[in-house]
Amino acid sequence: MSAQQETPASVRGMGDIFRGLGRKLAAGEAGPLLVLLMVGAIWTFFQTQNPRFLSPGNLTNLMLQQAAVATMSIGVVLILLLGEIDLSVGAASGFCAAVMTVLMVLHGVQPVLAVLAALATGALIGLFNGFMVTRFKIPSFVVTLAGSLTLVGLLLYILGDTGTLNLSNNFVTALTSTFFPPLVGWAVAVVAIALILATALAGRSTRSKAGLKVGSLGGMAFTVIAIAAAIIAMVFVFNEDRGLPLVVCIVFAFALVFAYVTERTRFGRHMFAVGGNAEAARRGGIKIEHVRLLVFMLGSTMAAAGGILAASRLMAVNQSSGGSDLLLMAIAGPVIAGTSLFGGRGSVWSALLGALVIGSIANGMDLLSLASSVKYIVTGGVLIAAVTIESITRMRRHSTLIE
Amino acid sequence: MTPATESIGATGVRTYLLSLKGVSKAFGANQALSGVDFEVDAGEVVALVGDNGAGKSTLVKAIAGVQLCDEGTFYFNGVPMKISSPQDATRLGIATVYQDLALCDNLDVVANLYLGHELFANGIGRFGFFLDETGMERRSLELMDSLAVTTIKDVRVNVGSLSGGQRQAVAIARSLLGDPKVVLLDEPTAALGVSQTEQVLTLIGTLRKRGLGVVVISHNLENVFAVADRIIVLRLGRRAATFDVRGVSREDVVAAITGAEFGLHADTAKESV
Repeated sequence: MSAQQETPASVRGMGDIFRGLGRKLAAGEAGPLLVLLMVGAIWTFFQTQNPRFLSPGNLTNLMLQQAAVATMSIGVVLILLLGEIDLSVGAASGFCAAVMTVLMVLHGVQPVLAVLAALATGALIGLFNGFMVTRFKIPSFVVTLAGSLTLVGLLLYILGDTGTLNLSNNFVTALTSTFFPPLVGWAVAVVAIALILATALAGRSTRSKAGLKVGSLGGMAFTVIAIAAAIIAMVFVFNEDRGLPLVVCIVFAFALVFAYVTERTRFGRHMFAVGGNAEAARRGGIKIEHVRLLVFMLGSTMAAAGGILAASRLMAVNQSSGGSDLLLMAIAGPVIAGTSLFGGRGSVWSALLGALVIGSIANGMDLLSLASSVKYIVTGGVLIAAVTIESITRMRRHSTLIE
Repeated sequence: MTPATESIGATGVRTYLLSLKGVSKAFGANQALSGVDFEVDAGEVVALVGDNGAGKSTLVKAIAGVQLCDEGTFYFNGVPMKISSPQDATRLGIATVYQDLALCDNLDVVANLYLGHELFANGIGRFGFFLDETGMERRSLELMDSLAVTTIKDVRVNVGSLSGGQRQAVAIARSLLGDPKVVLLDEPTAALGVSQTEQVLTLIGTLRKRGLGVVVISHNLENVFAVADRIIVLRLGRRAATFDVRGVSREDVVAAITGAEFGLHADTAKESV
């Protein structure tokens, strides 16, 4: 090991970082990194098949396509963290979007009020699901599966005979059709990077002031630079096309808020505790029923938000809103990106990463104009592969525990 | 500590930190406990032993307030008290570490120590329900340090990756956060290896040094002899014998547990306190 000691500190720092990453990968702890590698592989493959895949126009479209799913997935992550599942998010998104559209188009309600009504409808759906799960101890998949059917019925009912309601140009459609000029895009990037750096440095200084161990400066720099590079690349790509889309900002804002809630607040901590060991959480004095109820409400509210974004992009609500493979995509995304189906492990960011993976595959296959049969088979295969990887790493964790 | 530790009053009756008199509990026709007395003093480790079904768990559940007894009086420092819920027990300063430990494997040591009692940051952080992670981490390290738990170096590691002894240490440390006076440990060394058991026994010794009253339920007599000051034997729902650990052999304790020598009426005859 004498050779290693002679290497300059900076080089050793980098080496340590990569060794650490390798170890984490093997232990299944570097979820995000694994997913990014997956995205890299998918992008490389489709780029070699169709050079238009990585064009700014297509990448921007990819983001616009996935905004609704990513939003719904954020809500799904919250529910998965509890070890529960919500199979009604697809139908809820469609129904809530329909509520909004019916109020606006048929009843002339102010768009903002209609959006709020749709979100409130989502919260009510979640309240019902959560109530059934906590009060009557019915497994959440049964409650939400039944709820899903009911919501599809309600969607058909309120859409009435026409079956389709078009959204004319207004507040709601602007959500997904507004693009910021390049300068604004760069300003957002600068502010975001400055905030990330400031948060990282502030965290370090509080820890060292409290006399606690701080991570290596190199590791922090590596993370911050990687995230900054990703932000700069994104804004660059957007500016090459139509500019930074408003909806991308909305989705990131959602993700930031819920990342904060899950990782930094007491409520978030209680969510992880309930998902990890509900009995331990209960004995610790955590009101686990309250946590469950609130999380189901948040999950359905995010489904409603996703439904609104989907309606905005489609500029309409129809009988298949919230149907098809939307539910599968919304749940599969976070799971592919490392959120456990068994509760207690995962991150809000997996919703975004998962939507990126699934969206990339779907978008790439569209560009290659593959048949839907192939698309379903491939998406299903990717999901199985991802869940298998998660399961294997989980088993490995357990076997190290037993040793 | 309480002056009661070695004081024998004019009446000749010692005042214990916690004492129970005439505790009885029946489950239908099954008399789980009948007229059991129990006492533990500050700075003392009492081992509660007995065969399966002797009533150990029932007694501990009664003290922890999880399961109420039918009859019996509780005294805390000689003052009669009522324990009718786990909250009552906690308020009196009685902490219980159950055998399953009730830890969240997916959370780190700090989060488990403060589970359900998280600290908030001050100032604007409190407004945003922001957790005081540095404060909790610092205090966790201090707590582990004060308990001389040297096996847990990193309190940010997930509890799921800790060994059995370390997990037990976390569970015991958590029970101390509420600043209890009495700690009940249910089978703290069950399913632990030799060195892990050693760590836990050392930790129990530390609790005694801190002046806590410690009650250990155990099947393992070797551990009981290693750590306890007094041994209370339950048999068929009665207190069969009490031994000072210094003046007794394993054979005597086993005999009391199985009832081989004493029969049913030997309760008080052989008491060595």
